[in-house]
Amino acid sequence: MARRDNPEINAGSMADIAFLLLIFFLVTTTMNVDSGISKKLSEKPPADYVPPIIKKKNIFEVNINRNNELLVEGERMDIKSLKDEAVKFIDNGGGIGNPSEDGTPGKECDYCQGERSEASSDHPSKAIISVQSDRGTDYGTYIVVQNELLKAYTELRNRLSRERYGISYDELEQAFIDAKKSADLKSQVDKLRRKVEDIKTAYPQIISDAEPTS
Amino acid sequence: MSKFRKKKKGMPAVNTAALPDIVFMLLFFFMVTTTMRETNLVIENPRLPGATEIKKLEDKSLVSTIYIGKSKDPNRDGVGYNKVQLNDKISSADQVPAFIFSKRDKIAEALHPFMTTSIKADKESNVGTIIDVRLKLRDVNALKINYSTTAAADN
Repeated sequence: MARRDNPEINAGSMADIAFLLLIFFLVTTTMNVDSGISKKLSEKPPADYVPPIIKKKNIFEVNINRNNELLVEGERMDIKSLKDEAVKFIDNGGGIGNPSEDGTPGKECDYCQGERSEASSDHPSKAIISVQSDRGTDYGTYIVVQNELLKAYTELRNRLSRERYGISYDELEQAFIDAKKSADLKSQVDKLRRKVEDIKTAYPQIISDAEPTS
Repeated sequence: MSKFRKKKKGMPAVNTAALPDIVFMLLFFFMVTTTMRETNLVIENPRLPGATEIKKLEDKSLVSTIYIGKSKDPNRDGVGYNKVQLNDKISSADQVPAFIFSKRDKIAEALHPFMTTSIKADKESNVGTIIDVRLKLRDVNALKINYSTTAAADN
C-alpha cells in the first residue's frame, strides 16, 4: 500500500534561489537620478516679430570662442571671475525697474547692494545676460559658463532671502517642496509659495542664448 | 545527578526558516525600484560635464532623452563627438521633431507641457550640435529642457 502522507518539500534551497534573484536585481539596478541644469526655451517668435530695443548697459555680454576662451563685456576674462562680475552687473541697481503688470511704474531697486553706477544695469528685472558661443565651442565649457551665471543668481537670491525671511533661498525652496508633499503642512504652502515667488521676481533669471557665430 | 548530566552540550542551531522571507522582502524592494534602461547606447557613454546649480528630474515617464557624443562604431557612423542618438540609432537634428511627437503620442495631452527633454551630451561635443537640436525642439514647442550634468563639488 502506498504511503498516504506526502513527504515535505525541502525548502532549504529557497533562500539560495531568492539570493540569486536578489543579486541579479542588485547588479542591474541603477539608482542614479537624472539631474542637470534646467532651462526653459523661449517660444518661437512670429515671423513679423520685432525685438524690443534694449539699452546696451542692461546687457551683460558673454562670448565664448571656439578655443573656449571668454570675452565678457569686451574684455578677456577668466572663468573664475565670471560669477562675481555677473553678480556686480545684476545687483547694480542704477535706475528704475520695469513697470509691474498692474501698471504701477517701476521702482528703484531698494534691495540691491551694488555700486549703482550709471554705466551698468538699471534693475535686476531689466538686467539681461546674453551668452553667445561659437558653434565649435565645447559643450563642457558652455555648461560651466551657464553654471557660473546661475551661481550668481543663486548667490543673490540666497542673500535676499536671508535678509527678508532669515533662511537661504535653497532652504526656502526645499521647505516649499516639502510642504507641497506632506499633508499636515498644507496651511504653509501658500505662505511659502508667496515667499518663493517674491524672491524669484526680485531676481528673475534672464539668461538669453544669442545666435551662435560659425 | 543524572538530571544534570543529560543537558545537551553546544549551541542549538539558529533557525533559518525566516531567512527566505527576509531575502524575498529585499528582492521585492529591488524589483519595484528597478527601472531597466530602455535604450541601449549606440554612442559611447557620454562624459557629462559637472555643475553645481542642478535640479532633479522628477517624473521619469515625462522625460525623453537625447544622447549626443562619440559613436561606438566609427566605421559606420564616422568620427567626432557630434553624433545625435534618438531611440536606438544615430540620427540627425532633423529627426528630433519626429522623435518628440512619437514620445508625445504615449502621454496624455494635458501633460504635454510638463514633458522635459533631457540632453545628455559629452563634454567635448560642440555647442553647434546642441543648438541645432534646441532649435528643432523649439519648433515643436518642447520648451522644457534639461542639460544633464553630474553633481560637481562646489569650488
